[in-house]
Amino acid sequence: MDFELTEFQADLAEGVRRLCAGQFPLEQVRLPESTERVVDRAGWRQLGDAGVFNLCLAEEAGGVGLGLAEAALVFEELGRALLPGPLVASHLAAGLIDGADDGSVVAGLVERPDPDRPEAAGVVPVIIEHLGDLDVLLLLSDTGVASVDPASLDATRLKRPMDPLTPVWVVPELPEGTPVAGPEIAAWWRRDGAVLTAALQIGMAAWTTELAVEYAKQRRQFGRPIGGFQAIKHLCADMAVRTEVARCAVHAAAVTVDQPDVGDALVAVAGAKLLADEAAVANGRSCIQVHGGMGFTWEVPAHLAYKRARVLATEFGTEGALAESLAESLAESGRGVR
Amino acid sequence: MDLRYTDAEQAFRGELRSWLETTLPGLPPKPSPHDWPGRRTYDTHWQRLLFDAGYAGIDWPVEGGGSGSSPVEELIFKEELERARAPYVGVNFVGLLHAGPTIIAEGTPEQRRRFLPPILQGDEVWCQGFSEPDAGSDLASLRTRGVRDGDDYVVTGSKIWTSHAEVADYCELLVRTGADDSRHRGISWLILTMDTPGVEIRPLTTIAGSTEFAEIFLDEVRVPVANRVGEENDGWRVTMVTLSFERGTAFVGDLLEAIELLSSAVALAQRTGAWSDPGVRRQAGHLRAELDALWALTKRNVSQAARTGIPGVGGTFFKLAYSETRQRLGEFSLALLGRAGLAADDIEGLDLEGPLPAETMVEDWIRGISLTIAAGTSQIQRNIVGERILGLPKEPVSTDGAEREPTRQRT
Repeated sequence: MDFELTEFQADLAEGVRRLCAGQFPLEQVRLPESTERVVDRAGWRQLGDAGVFNLCLAEEAGGVGLGLAEAALVFEELGRALLPGPLVASHLAAGLIDGADDGSVVAGLVERPDPDRPEAAGVVPVIIEHLGDLDVLLLLSDTGVASVDPASLDATRLKRPMDPLTPVWVVPELPEGTPVAGPEIAAWWRRDGAVLTAALQIGMAAWTTELAVEYAKQRRQFGRPIGGFQAIKHLCADMAVRTEVARCAVHAAAVTVDQPDVGDALVAVAGAKLLADEAAVANGRSCIQVHGGMGFTWEVPAHLAYKRARVLATEFGTEGALAESLAESLAESGRGVR
Repeated sequence: MDLRYTDAEQAFRGELRSWLETTLPGLPPKPSPHDWPGRRTYDTHWQRLLFDAGYAGIDWPVEGGGSGSSPVEELIFKEELERARAPYVGVNFVGLLHAGPTIIAEGTPEQRRRFLPPILQGDEVWCQGFSEPDAGSDLASLRTRGVRDGDDYVVTGSKIWTSHAEVADYCELLVRTGADDSRHRGISWLILTMDTPGVEIRPLTTIAGSTEFAEIFLDEVRVPVANRVGEENDGWRVTMVTLSFERGTAFVGDLLEAIELLSSAVALAQRTGAWSDPGVRRQAGHLRAELDALWALTKRNVSQAARTGIPGVGGTFFKLAYSETRQRLGEFSLALLGRAGLAADDIEGLDLEGPLPAETMVEDWIRGISLTIAAGTSQIQRNIVGERILGLPKEPVSTDGAEREPTRQRT
């Protein structure tokens, strides 16, 4: 048992971090050319060349043939760079949708409302992220995956997206679409999608911690850096702890998917997504708080991470559903225990 | 990142498991919690059994008489002992986890020969005299004086939070040998023989009703200079060195116990009907996620220790997160008990399915309150994370030049 990153894994993460710093600096990422489209096509191809989308695809299918653990490390870095766009969807689509693997096609994904789950069907119409950037939209349900031409949808762009880098559209109803995969793939996607989304979240949680700590060292009030005050210091410490605990959960979930005999992957994944969402949301919020008034302005990018964390927390399992599924697993294993 | 155990690690686990299966049924009945002589006998007998089987000092290096096991084997050892419900380290805690490692690292050859084997064999019991009534979180301000007089130090002062003092043979004692204001630069590490004239013990009762703690009053107690470990005034560093023996496994047993307690709480909720409440289920789901994550963090910390030989920063993250999660688990269980939680007695449930587990749950809840206080309060831990890990400016005086705050004895 060795749960530290291998040298290869550490190098992989480092390489993606450098790629993002060089090609997708925050000052560029935070100012997309339009409010409808945030995916930079050339950049998306670069991500494809770097293996972001075909990382887990088998070598004989033209992929890199690595595990979900490696993909999680890569997505952690993408999260840290606040990279916008349907990254997880395009990664999942690689191998199923031509061109998704090398980044020439941008694939998006939305969960089809399930009439059996009123909390999902409810009163809220279908909201689709990044529709303006998509070449193909994939509809995910228990029964499988179907593809739809985004242009065929009667979609309305919402004027005031909560996260400025996640434009959203509303559609009154979804078509059947063309089936592209069955229930087994759909279940994989839900599982792997949750891990990769959680990885984006912990990348952001780590980044907001650094941003807050940097500011707390520089900003002076009452004659000294505010980071010297316990009230601020302890906020930052809690950010670091949350990140590290969630990070271990996400890594363990990814490894458990790759090495199924070490544990129950679905339980590990649900727990990881739950904690990663919490860490990203709480850290985004704390990062704004540490920045004080400036944190409430567009001058400081803390709000971008906070808003994105809120977006990602609605994808691949929400807090209630994740906690409920963990509770179910406890109920099953707990029977008979006193 | 690999969570699979190697063949050698699995073989180690298999042998340990079968040894536990044959050994545990032969143990004498457990003594009552307040019977300290009985507890000493029970705990040291268990230590002797471990020693005879070659499992004593699992975390000690071979040169100290330990088994020289890897951090992963140490993790497996603690995991298997907890799963088999083997006895806890109990009164052997300070000797095995603190005083022994200190003497291995900093003691003279004579001190090692004299003091290490009896710890491993369960012959001698140690306690810790670090904290003082006026030196808690700010340990470096301790004031118990050690004045050199010929071949002795004459020690006067008082210590607090000393576990198992009543049944201990020796005490690892920090005393001030430097100037009053010398802080961490004027402290020496001494071995005190507990039956020396002038040592007075006053037990303290905890809010959980337990009696493991004591105050020790020292009135002109003579400690031979030969019983000093390390140089005079170098005791702070000596204490720090001990920390490098921690390999991320300190809370393995406690964490697995917590996972078991959560299962019991869920079983209770199913029995009372509370499980139909979505709020209850979600709290349980959250706790499950947190405990699983802490198990993953434990494996990360152990792996790091195995790679680098030194404990990383993960131990501090672990302690902060674990202590708060465990407290929430305690509150969760107590709430599930409802009015059956008004006493720590296992009264029969009206459903005729046997007693309600109030004893375990009430005790766990109240004991859990110490977790964010003992071995460095959560506030001090947050300072450590903020200052030493994140590099934020230090508090004006609190850690004044100190390299690292020592981990105090856990209860």
